[in-house]
Amino acid sequence: MESIEFQKPETVDEAVKLLQGADGNAKILAGGTDLLVQLRAHMIDPSVIVDIKSIDETRELNKNADGSYTIGAAVAGAEAHERGDITADWPGVIEAWDLIGSTQIQGRASLGGNLCNASPAGDSVPAMVAAGMTANIAGPDGRRTLPVEEVTAGPGKTNLKKGEFIVSFNLPAKPSNGGDAYLRLIPRTEMDIAVVGCGVALTLDDSGTVTSAKVSLGAVAATVLVVEDAAKAIIGSKLEPEAMSALDAACQAACKPIDDKRGTVEYRTKVAGVLARRAVSIAAERAGKN
Amino acid sequence: MAKHHISMTLNGEPTEFLCSTRQTLLDVLRDELNLTGSKEGCASGDCGACSVMVDDRLVCACLVLGAECDGKTVESIEGMADGENLHPLQQKFLEEAALQCGICTPGVLVAAKALLERNNNPTETEVRYWLAGNLCRCTGYDKIVRAVMSTAADMRENAK
Repeated sequence: MESIEFQKPETVDEAVKLLQGADGNAKILAGGTDLLVQLRAHMIDPSVIVDIKSIDETRELNKNADGSYTIGAAVAGAEAHERGDITADWPGVIEAWDLIGSTQIQGRASLGGNLCNASPAGDSVPAMVAAGMTANIAGPDGRRTLPVEEVTAGPGKTNLKKGEFIVSFNLPAKPSNGGDAYLRLIPRTEMDIAVVGCGVALTLDDSGTVTSAKVSLGAVAATVLVVEDAAKAIIGSKLEPEAMSALDAACQAACKPIDDKRGTVEYRTKVAGVLARRAVSIAAERAGKN
Repeated sequence: MAKHHISMTLNGEPTEFLCSTRQTLLDVLRDELNLTGSKEGCASGDCGACSVMVDDRLVCACLVLGAECDGKTVESIEGMADGENLHPLQQKFLEEAALQCGICTPGVLVAAKALLERNNNPTETEVRYWLAGNLCRCTGYDKIVRAVMSTAADMRENAK
């Protein structure tokens, strides 16, 4: 067991240099709730740990002039929740973040970490995807932006290149007549890993017809899915039973889940359709209240 | 590699220690600073027996690196009583026997104190959710929850 270097850069450039220089063996520390467990279990053996929390941008939590939010990659779920404005605008996003772990974990676990740990069952991800969040990435070639759904490549794998890391996220301004919701199924009441998670964001017109929608499923494939056919099934509808059945069927068709102790392929597939129906209903109710 | 020289405020006192990168705040508290009140149950953030406050935020000390704590303010169970005077939660836990083997108790007390400082009138559901990250291996949850509720009632009464 080699000793590990510990670095606390104060600028993005410094962090990129450290990540680039570490021969692919650097690990980023934000909340540490996955990193320290992996370290302890000898799943990883980094040569350097780069604590990004001293970089102001990673700790930012701002509502911008256009109504969008900039949320630092190292901001913990509890910190985002405690700002009432995000909860009011995007209750589904906050619901998803609030489902991650206990009080102790919520005070530390970061959004960037939940995404980059790249568990197919990460609870924050389907809600971030549905809301249209993007990741602001810094690296040796400068900055780039990726939709959240394009960040992960498979279980434990991201599309970030060597030396790159997520600095912050953009959460779009809440559309007028918009609503979102996140639901997940777990075998117990609290603190477990999703069997299925479903994030939905949609907008309605004054007559209650769905004008836009994004439906995202977690824990039913190697990465979080964007189910375009599910969105198409409800756009233009007033969520009549036929539209909801088509939504359900589209979600089931998109599932490519694994069998494990939490759920079989059949169970996960069925539940994906049910959660999508329920999440769409909640999102529509919220959109109607605006 | 050289050890990290860390300065933090621990239970109100300036504290310095040396640690390697791999040492968690829990390792530092127990092995370097000889404060063994915080317990190691799971070492993976599941059990809450090592709950402490870092910069006024309830965390598991096993999921924080010692090296991260430079300049931080840390409060552990050892800072809860004021000398010989127990904190109302500690007193109530004794009076109502809200502990059996005692391993989870320091973490439960630190977590419950954090709750009551934010909300002195929690519902039973709020107490149970807040303490869901503190596992009691004796499964003595009902007495724990009742003691927290009853301390909150006393604190509200005393505040009148």
